[in-house]
Amino acid sequence: MEKLSTEKVCKSFGDKKVLDDISVRLEGGELVCLLGLSGAGKTTLFNIISGIMEPDGGRVLLNGEDITGRAGKISYMQQKDLLMPYRTILDNVCLPLILKGEKKRRAREEAGEYFKEFGIDGTQKLYPNELSGGMRQRAALLRTYLFSHEVALLDEPFSALDAITKSSIHGWYLGVMRKINLSTLFITHDVDEAILLSDRIYLLAGSPGTITAEITVGAEKPRGEEFTLSSEFLEYKRRILGLLKK
Amino acid sequence: MTGKFRSIRNKASSAAFIVLLLAVWQAVSSAGLIPKFMLPSPVDVIFAFAGDFGELMSNAGTTLSEAFIGLGIAVALAFALAFLMDRFDFLYRALYPVLIISQTVPPVAIAPLLVLWMGYGISPKITLVVIVCFFPVAVGLLDGYRAADTDTLNLLRAMGATKVQIFRFLKFPSSLGRFFSGLRIAVSYSVVGAVIAEWLGGYSGLGVYMTHVKKSFAFDKMFAVIFLVSVLSLVLMRVVSLAERLAMPYKRTGKNVK
Repeated sequence: MEKLSTEKVCKSFGDKKVLDDISVRLEGGELVCLLGLSGAGKTTLFNIISGIMEPDGGRVLLNGEDITGRAGKISYMQQKDLLMPYRTILDNVCLPLILKGEKKRRAREEAGEYFKEFGIDGTQKLYPNELSGGMRQRAALLRTYLFSHEVALLDEPFSALDAITKSSIHGWYLGVMRKINLSTLFITHDVDEAILLSDRIYLLAGSPGTITAEITVGAEKPRGEEFTLSSEFLEYKRRILGLLKK
Repeated sequence: MTGKFRSIRNKASSAAFIVLLLAVWQAVSSAGLIPKFMLPSPVDVIFAFAGDFGELMSNAGTTLSEAFIGLGIAVALAFALAFLMDRFDFLYRALYPVLIISQTVPPVAIAPLLVLWMGYGISPKITLVVIVCFFPVAVGLLDGYRAADTDTLNLLRAMGATKVQIFRFLKFPSSLGRFFSGLRIAVSYSVVGAVIAEWLGGYSGLGVYMTHVKKSFAFDKMFAVIFLVSVLSLVLMRVVSLAERLAMPYKRTGKNVK
């Protein structure tokens, strides 16, 4: 079932067109990557999908409903965890529930149920500055999940982490995503990350940014670290790098 | 560990310097280098303080109540105005420059006018305290609201937060640090402001006491009251720092993990 899609989205700032005719779709339970070089309009597209920016043309659909330019439907997660330094992890995570009008106690209870699953049990009463980067990203993901159980929009969420943490959080993410049946639209500039995680990859390139290719990654999941060293992986990588250079 | 040690060492060195200053002062005074009636020695000042203790305390009570009432009104006004100025951009653009310009008028110059308008009672004192305390608090809050993280603001908007929710969950808590910096300045201004207003006439208060002892050339009492005023300011600033620690517990965490 189609969860999220954009139809012919375009956007200009002044005379400069940054996005042209972007149509992507995300099916239930899928992880889809938007892979693009810097300046291809990734973040603009992201702002349009999350509803905090209006496109000049085109539509954004969530479960078939037109949500173009409407904030409050899809939450997202960025490279910066954006946890509030003055709230404990528990209070940070349950914020979306409180914004929706839930009572504080109820919101805390509900959020608390997921701490084990997300691997951050025991951090409830700590402040963000007491956690490592990887743990903070997990908390940020839980916050995103509590906002909407269906679709997560991730904008280079792991690119600030070191290689080892990144690799372990990739495995963790795929696991948790399957368990909670989340569909993910993932934006990244990291080719390896895209191939490792995705079911499908859209290449976003050029100026203005357009979708130049769609690649289905058929490799079986879960994919371990050895997959990144397999010839299948390298074949995908060669193909994508070739397409990006065009 | 080392941080704590350094802080103790810093405190010890500043205490030692103050003791040294007092010792030099006492020596100069005891040796008769400066006539005693003009510069009383620290010991004389302590005796003057003890001798007039009751009167000093009751006057301090008046001054402090003026300072607190004025500070309370100033903080309330600052919150209200900063909220409105943040909410309505045209108010911000219209009023911010006026706020800054208003600060170039010295309070000492306004005080006589206030006395002429309001008489010798408590109201001109409170008004002056409000005038001097309002600005640092209001500007602290406003700058704090403006400095709220843009990415977090966008995230809240994406989560469908209303303007009031954004204020409550992001802007206000983000402004606390600057608010307390402003408040720390404001409390010391509040005592000084009340004293200045009392100079120009009144029935009780440390400023009134000052004018009395000045007229009788009681330099020792003069010094005693000056020390009292600065001690009161220091204590109040300390209280604000404690309140800040209580209001912002997260400032004390996270030293070990990065």
